[in-house]
Amino acid sequence: MTLDAATPTLPRTGTVRLAAESVSLAYDDRVVVRDLDLQLTDGSFTAIVGPNGCGKSTLLRALGRLLRPVSGQVLLDGRAIARTPTREVARVLGLLPQTPVAPEGLTVGDLVARGRHPHQSWLRQWSRDDEAAVAEALTWTDMADLANRPVDELSGGQRQRAWISMALAQGTDLLLLDEPTTYLDLSHQIDVLELVARLHAERGRTVVVVLHDLNLAARYAQRLVAMDDGALVTSGTPEEVLTERLLADVFDLEARIVPDPVTGTPMVVPVRRLR
Amino acid sequence: MSSSTDAALRRQGPGGLGVPDRLSPQRGGLLQRRRSRLLGLLLLLVLVVGAATLSIAVGSRSIGLGAVWQALTAPGVPTEETVIIRELRVPRTALGLMVGLSLGIAGALAQGHTRNPLGDPGLLGVTAGASLGVVLAIHLLGVGTPGGYVWFAFAGALLGTVLVFSLGSAGRGGATPVTLALAGAALSALFYALVRAVLVSDTDSLDAFRFWVVGALAGRGADVAWQVVPFIAAGLVLALVNAPALDLLGLGEDVARGLGQRVWLARLVGLAAVTLLCGAATAACGPIAFVGLVVPHVVRAFTGPAHRWLIPCSGLLGAALLLVADVIGRVVVRPGELQVGIVLALIGAPFFIALIRRRRLATT
Repeated sequence: MTLDAATPTLPRTGTVRLAAESVSLAYDDRVVVRDLDLQLTDGSFTAIVGPNGCGKSTLLRALGRLLRPVSGQVLLDGRAIARTPTREVARVLGLLPQTPVAPEGLTVGDLVARGRHPHQSWLRQWSRDDEAAVAEALTWTDMADLANRPVDELSGGQRQRAWISMALAQGTDLLLLDEPTTYLDLSHQIDVLELVARLHAERGRTVVVVLHDLNLAARYAQRLVAMDDGALVTSGTPEEVLTERLLADVFDLEARIVPDPVTGTPMVVPVRRLR
Repeated sequence: MSSSTDAALRRQGPGGLGVPDRLSPQRGGLLQRRRSRLLGLLLLLVLVVGAATLSIAVGSRSIGLGAVWQALTAPGVPTEETVIIRELRVPRTALGLMVGLSLGIAGALAQGHTRNPLGDPGLLGVTAGASLGVVLAIHLLGVGTPGGYVWFAFAGALLGTVLVFSLGSAGRGGATPVTLALAGAALSALFYALVRAVLVSDTDSLDAFRFWVVGALAGRGADVAWQVVPFIAAGLVLALVNAPALDLLGLGEDVARGLGQRVWLARLVGLAAVTLLCGAATAACGPIAFVGLVVPHVVRAFTGPAHRWLIPCSGLLGAALLLVADVIGRVVVRPGELQVGIVLALIGAPFFIALIRRRRLATT
């Protein structure tokens, strides 16, 4: 209810929400991403995949306004994100960096409450809307019982749930997640991705997630974006992207692609590393 | 929101008004934390009042409590005793309150901005800058009174933080906890080297400087206290304004930015507050270590990491600690006095070691 009150609940499919236009990204003089174009439509669930160091996390940072492109631009709802005030961006676009760390002793409830910051100001402090949004985010992510526990005392999977709960309380249409399953065992990886998938399906969130695990990416995302060496190699449905040829070219991996016995999505069975 | 405490309570998260009943276990836990925070705040207020009373009543010269009360309340003819109370102990207590408050808050801010449990205003170049300012004032201009030092110490403190902030934000990612701490350490080393260079070549400066550098409340009149009031007041306001931003920065800069916080602005406000508070305190009393380092750790044990509680409570505990240390310094070597900076180091160091050994140290 309150979480989405300000935004239309039905996804306007087809509208481009977030776009990179010939974006080049660099740290100091080292160019990491070169001349990349990408469009993310409303209500889509996209996974960015690629080998280590291909620039996928860097691209995500640029999409989230954490990194300013050296050339090209990122557009959020058709408007240059670099020229949009931080707080305005934060009401539309939420992001979770890889393995975020909470201060010692911070409770889950307080963490989730901090997600309401973009909706507050000196004139408009903690409100009933915030209260309700936080309570709902906690309940929805099944964290209400843990609300008083310090985040640093939780298990890895619960901790990630707490952060996602914060992002949910932020109430943004778009959600960017950088490897949300890092350091989690398989069942917690599934748990976190199920939660993200529910955010997409039940909450109409537009989700972009950087993922290492190709099988999980193929299973949960509607669209895969494959990157290699700072460039976009291909994008499309998991069936279109995950081919034996692509795995050889991008990941230097000889592999078989078989249908996932559970979901029918492509599943990678590695054979050996090439070269 | 009838009062600010009320508003602060509501802001702290779920469990206030309008929460469905199914969340009641969670509300219970929050109430518990609120109670411990309120209890802690109350205890701190009592401590501060007690410490201030002691500071007015106890000194190297014993004056009966009745005479103390009379000196404070009845105008009458000034006797030697009423002069001591009114013109020495009251201004000294007021200065102690302000300086302790400033140092405690500056410590909480410094630890929050550097995300470093050993963060201390000294780490950000404030103390070293102030020392350099005072040494140069003595050496080059022949300034010789605490009232005269204030402006130079303040200018030095300002120079120190401005340099630390601009060096620390020169790199790619802007001012991060690591670059700030590194820039602070490097500049402090440079400033202290310059201080020593002056002191080695000029024994007269050394004589004057050594009384400033131990850190003391004694010998500073009401004029010094009045001089620093506006700076401390401004620093206090900036510190409170900075609290919500510090809570976000505690989640990491990326998350803070993602939640709509302009990071450079938060850093700027925080550093300005540290400069004003710690600069004014150091200018008035000389460098006083340990308050800024120890106090936030103790306070965090009952407030948790929320800065809107941590900052005011650190101020109160800082004030109480400084006054108590000053009173101890007046008593232990009667009729002489031990400077408050020395007393604090003597009781602060073992206390800090005990704290570390009990692993009660919560990182920011």
